[in-house]
Amino acid sequence: MFDDGPVVARPAPDLRSLGTRARPLTLGAERVLPALPVLAPLLPGRGLRRGSTIGVSGPGATSLALALVAGASQAGSWVVTVGVEDLGFVAAGELGVDLERLVVVAAPPPGSWGTVVAALADAFDVVIVRTDHRIRGSDARRLAARARERGGVLCRLPGRGRWPEPADVELTVTAATWAGLAPGPHGAGRLSARRVEVVRSGRREAARPVRAELWLPGPDGAVAPVAVRPAAASPTTPTTPTTPTAPAAGGLHCPQAWVEPSRTA
Amino acid sequence: MVLHANRVVAASPAARSEGVEPGLRRRDAQARCPEAAVLPADPARDARVFEPVVAALDALCPRVEVVAPGTVAFATRGPGRWAGGDGALARQAGDLLAAALVGRAPAAGGGATVAVGVADGAFAAWCAAGDAADRAGPVPGAVAPLVVPPGSTPAFLGSRATATLADGAALAGSGSGSGSGGSAAFAGAGAGAGTSGTTGGTAGTGTAAPAAGLAALERTIGVLHRLGLRTLAAVAALPLADVVGRFGPEGVLLHRLASGLDPRPLSARRPAPELAVAIDLDPPVERVDTAAFVAVSLADDLTAALAGQGLAATRIVVTAETEHGERLERAWRDEGTLGPAAIAERVRWQLDGWLSGPPATRPTAGISRLTLTPAEVVAARGRQLGFWGGETRVDERAARALARVQGLLGSEAVLVPEQRGGRSPSDKVALVPAAAVDLTEARPAARAGYVAEPWPGQLPAPSPAVVPADPPVVELRDAAGDRVRVSGRGVLSAPPAEVDPLGGRSRAVTAWAGPWPVDERWWDPRAHRRRARLQVVVDDGTAHLLALEAGRWSIEATYD
Repeated sequence: MFDDGPVVARPAPDLRSLGTRARPLTLGAERVLPALPVLAPLLPGRGLRRGSTIGVSGPGATSLALALVAGASQAGSWVVTVGVEDLGFVAAGELGVDLERLVVVAAPPPGSWGTVVAALADAFDVVIVRTDHRIRGSDARRLAARARERGGVLCRLPGRGRWPEPADVELTVTAATWAGLAPGPHGAGRLSARRVEVVRSGRREAARPVRAELWLPGPDGAVAPVAVRPAAASPTTPTTPTTPTAPAAGGLHCPQAWVEPSRTA
Repeated sequence: MVLHANRVVAASPAARSEGVEPGLRRRDAQARCPEAAVLPADPARDARVFEPVVAALDALCPRVEVVAPGTVAFATRGPGRWAGGDGALARQAGDLLAAALVGRAPAAGGGATVAVGVADGAFAAWCAAGDAADRAGPVPGAVAPLVVPPGSTPAFLGSRATATLADGAALAGSGSGSGSGGSAAFAGAGAGAGTSGTTGGTAGTGTAAPAAGLAALERTIGVLHRLGLRTLAAVAALPLADVVGRFGPEGVLLHRLASGLDPRPLSARRPAPELAVAIDLDPPVERVDTAAFVAVSLADDLTAALAGQGLAATRIVVTAETEHGERLERAWRDEGTLGPAAIAERVRWQLDGWLSGPPATRPTAGISRLTLTPAEVVAARGRQLGFWGGETRVDERAARALARVQGLLGSEAVLVPEQRGGRSPSDKVALVPAAAVDLTEARPAARAGYVAEPWPGQLPAPSPAVVPADPPVVELRDAAGDRVRVSGRGVLSAPPAEVDPLGGRSRAVTAWAGPWPVDERWWDPRAHRRRARLQVVVDDGTAHLLALEAGRWSIEATYD
């Protein structure tokens, strides 16, 4: 009389992800904030490792930093910027940063810089910081220790200020090409997409260089990998974003779109 | 007898029996009763003497409203049932007040008249109390109360003169009234210190006068009288819609009073007790640590006082004063209701920011007084953190860190973006102080798509990632080295060839698009902006948005 038919086990990916989020046990390798899939191969641990420092530089560094934190922001992390007064918030939203969880803090005076950034690193998952003054070694070490302890990620934007030590992961935009403007004396077209080449360097597991070509953003507005083979896509024609193939077993994975400089050189 | 402006406003029963009436001139009153002591009117003295009398009434009914010294109103629905009917309640109230007055006004010989009236509304109850006093004559002590049966209030009022409304209006102006449909009791008791003693009614007219509104009401009453509406029944018989049309809000109020209704429901609230706590620091405190230590115990006091009322603070104003009279006041908000530790923490942050701030704003002396004022309180319900989504520990931590940074840098240094409409990247998103919004709630104003209007002529995506607040001025030259101009029809004078300076040096333009003219707010001469935009890519591969305004090019944004 209680037979309501066979119990069907339905795939519930949402439930599974909820279960992962609610799981109390956290392994070291899980201490990673999600990154956009297209950027994952550039990052050790395929995401923003909690407690690490990431430096971005080169033309398009701001967009790259925004794209880096977009995945974490969409997953619910709070992002705070310190001293980035001229950030384009429209661009941040277009690149995937959730403006509902973005806070902007004005540049603190050099004397209280360390205190302010440390207080923010205590509470925020992601801190995007740019300085125009030289950071004291003690401040930088304190900040790194705080980030390691609390599990925040510090993202450095290029500014006039120098950091006493390099970041754990350095992402450098080595080349950027804009598409969309028609050549010639008529001023036709408009900026529509940018193709960039990003090189990773860094310390420890990030020390092995990785090079990637990306649309930042692509013609459809999203960050997408550039298909290297077959023949290079013309910058003006929209390319369909190709997702990286599944990771091969063992070793550092380099999908097709990602070419290590050592192999190409 | 009590005089104000050469007129009698109140007189003791003994004087009244000699023919002294409120409204009488001083000379006439003294002629009728030369023995009576004459006192000036002093509302503050009356209130001071009357306060303990009102307190005596607290034993009978919980919500007592003092209309004016000498006159109180209370709702009878609850206490009446408890006392065994309105009549019994009125008698008990009269006895209580008379007993309290005996002790308070010895010079009157225990002789104030206490009259109580009960009716469907405060104005009618006040009339009933006056009737009860008149019926008994000027005798000391409580007189037999007059209870108007429920539903017969309009008939009770009907035969009164229209001029009575003036007193009703004065009552309404002082904020009395009863719950609609519920009955109210009015107790009038003479209470001048010294010799006074009368029914409450006439004592009220001299003192309760929110001036402007009352004058308008009295004018309206005069008009009603001249129109031939001599009784309240005649006023009440008018159709309400016509009264509104002819007399406006004053007419409505008078019509309601004449019909035995009240202008407003009785306010059933006690005045909020003083919840602020303060401590004087002697010797003055120079160090943040010490001040924070003091703040802990102060915060403990505050939360205990609030908890005693079943309240919790969501917003607290911390005021610090120095010996030299400097003052720093800052409000702190926390949705999670501030506990003692959280309050102490905020005091510490605030003082930290003040004492270690720039010398111009730093206090010149130690802190001598610290005050915590709960600016917003809610019923203390405890709180529930979200399990999945909603309010989480992370949000709470972020909010706390922001409060700390606000303490260090000032609340205007911590901002959150909100979507606004606009054509340029700097207009589309505005920054508002984080202190002004509630970060633990969803903020739809920050979401993309919040602005649904199309804004024709806005900059298309992708948007520039760097938008300087103060666009640097540059020179845009053509191949011949002349400044590039844009004609009134939106045509460039020549293709641009060089931007100078860009990153400290001159750069050659490799590609460009535009110009796109933008003519904004042409209807407002002060806000009018006329610009032409140009996207350029220069030889190092970077793209920029240039704008020409008033003959000068500037870098409005950079596609970094």
